[in-house]
Amino acid sequence: MAQANLRYFGLPPSPPLIGARLRPPQGTRPALQELLEALGTSEYNAGPDQRPSAGFFRNPSLPIRRVTSTLTPPAVQVAATRDAYGVALAELGKDNPEIIVLDADLSGSTRTKTFAQAFPKRFFNMGVAESNMMGTAAGLAAMGKVVFASSFAMFAAGKAWEPIRQTVCIPNLNVKICATHAGLTVGEDGKSHQMLEDLALMQVLPNMTVIVPADSIEAKLAIRAVAAHDGPVYVRLSRAKTPVIFDEDYVFKIGRGTQVRAGNDLALVACGVELSAALEAAEILAAEGVNARVINMATIKPLDKDILVAAARDCGAVLTAEEHQAIGGLGSAVSQLLAHHAPVPIEVVGVRDSFGESATADQLLEKYGLDAQSIASRSRDLLRRKNA
Amino acid sequence: MTLTPKKQQEIEAVARQIRVDIVEMVHAAACGHPGGPLGMADFMATLWVEHMGIEPGNLHDPKRDRFVLGNGHTCAGLYAVLAHKGIIPREMLKSFRKLGSPLQGHPHKNPELGIDMSTGSLGTGLSTAQGMALAAKINGWPTRVYVTSSDGESEEGQIWEAATSAAHYGLANLTVLVDFNNIQIDGVMREVMDVRDLREKYAAFGWHAIDVDGHDIAAIDAALCAAREETARPSALICHTTIGKGVSFMEGKASWHGVAPNDAEAQEALAELSV
Ligand SMILES: Cc1ncc(C[n+]2csc(CCOP(=O)(O)OP(=O)(O)O)c2C)c(N)n1
Repeated sequence: MAQANLRYFGLPPSPPLIGARLRPPQGTRPALQELLEALGTSEYNAGPDQRPSAGFFRNPSLPIRRVTSTLTPPAVQVAATRDAYGVALAELGKDNPEIIVLDADLSGSTRTKTFAQAFPKRFFNMGVAESNMMGTAAGLAAMGKVVFASSFAMFAAGKAWEPIRQTVCIPNLNVKICATHAGLTVGEDGKSHQMLEDLALMQVLPNMTVIVPADSIEAKLAIRAVAAHDGPVYVRLSRAKTPVIFDEDYVFKIGRGTQVRAGNDLALVACGVELSAALEAAEILAAEGVNARVINMATIKPLDKDILVAAARDCGAVLTAEEHQAIGGLGSAVSQLLAHHAPVPIEVVGVRDSFGESATADQLLEKYGLDAQSIASRSRDLLRRKNA
Repeated sequence: MTLTPKKQQEIEAVARQIRVDIVEMVHAAACGHPGGPLGMADFMATLWVEHMGIEPGNLHDPKRDRFVLGNGHTCAGLYAVLAHKGIIPREMLKSFRKLGSPLQGHPHKNPELGIDMSTGSLGTGLSTAQGMALAAKINGWPTRVYVTSSDGESEEGQIWEAATSAAHYGLANLTVLVDFNNIQIDGVMREVMDVRDLREKYAAFGWHAIDVDGHDIAAIDAALCAAREETARPSALICHTTIGKGVSFMEGKASWHGVAPNDAEAQEALAELSV
């Protein structure tokens, strides 16, 4: 079972992390610094839809800073996973001449523009035509290319679902769908743009691998792993800048969950932006004497059975948290697996059968019960059920 | 019928007010899409003042006209025009894109506010408008259905599926107004993904298709009159516009597709619009 090195998380850990070094933010080391600088100085950071959000957490005790090019010791680094995607793509373009990138008129927002500028001959803007983009990606892949196709999650996974099924998944082609602007944290654009069903739509497809990076470090590593992986992959990325959680020593492996906090009272299993919320919830619970194990489940499919079964056996209760419908995402996948292999009380934190709306990312996470306080309160419910 | 000078002035004043409202709304929200709707203000004003049969008094009449904003990101302009019509309270404009507001970042269907269809995902508007037009035809109602689209949206395949079927079913009660500003998010449309001559394309699909200067109110009015007189085919008005029209520093710039003006920029824009 892997135990991650946590780079930083807001409050002091309690109990101490087993086998993990919790480094103060000043300990930023060159590799991480390089990535953060690349992100912070990326010209797209000033792009049209990049007005900085005030902060990601509601908890005012957690100071949030934007990533800037000058890394004077910040309290918490924040960066968007889509930014890491752009940086990773541009690096991969150097390593592998077979990589082709497609976008559908959102290259500034998805960050594929980084690749487009470095490798203009291997970038194709397909216009506002997502279904056509996926079919084209499949054809390129059938000719031996490694294709990254990007749009907002809503349009990549939603609009182009059937072409993905028919032309990418059935022939099992090497297409990497890297979709940004997933979930409620899209914010003010509202429900038409807040994709809360993509994990359901993607994990149900045979041959598809589904990955949700929790921070920019993991996103960058995941993109490298995805490029090396043979077959269709869906990677879910975020618009919002979220806390950097992992250390640059972190090792990402497709299909492997990672324990990021030790504890045996209950297990919080989270993916994407909810990992930060789960870690914060664990600190809230720790102050009440409850020791929560926190697991980052970056790969939704295939699920890491070992880490989940161990968590269920050790803790006797599992809460899942995702920025997605409570139906059909991480919670459904984990529930199904544990129902077979280690049945325990389960609490699924997600959006409860509703669409989103226009507001700031923070307001929406709170309103739809995806913030740390909500996870802590649902954890208390779960513990009552466990102990009943 | 030609517009009287008085009517023309009235429409011009409404277009100006729409532009002021757009700038104020997007500025207050600190996000949103000012460029597109500024360019559409002249044809939106002409359509809603002179042709659209949607009024506070007939909002719940099933036989009234319908409107679908296919390029849903330009909704600041729709909300402004609905406020001008007295269908939505002016006060509400300030809540645009904020938590709890009915004025969502992309239109959400709301029968009380004259918002006839939810949009935001490009490519869907023309199909839904076609469905409305078909229902009106089945029922033998005098309802006209107006829908907006754009050059960027014309890259979606579904637009051409709808163009095929609307002509096939002879939906003369359907009119699309295409905001053709040669700009999409990633830049100049001709460079990103050229949709070429949309009038020729719609004509080839069997539509009554007209090129029109999207800032010439008399020309827009004449084209809308021609659309109403057409009895066999759906009509497409290819409205040639300038993104950001009326605010000099936004005009022609893709960068103003989806970013809000800051305080100084908003002030400058409002000063230009009030002359
Ligand atoms: C299906 C779909 N794909 C992508 C988007 C994101 N998007 C919103 S507006 C836009 C460009 C549209 O071009 P156009 O309407 O011509 O832009 P404008 O002239 O208003 O700047 C895109 C790609 C979307 N809303 N829907």
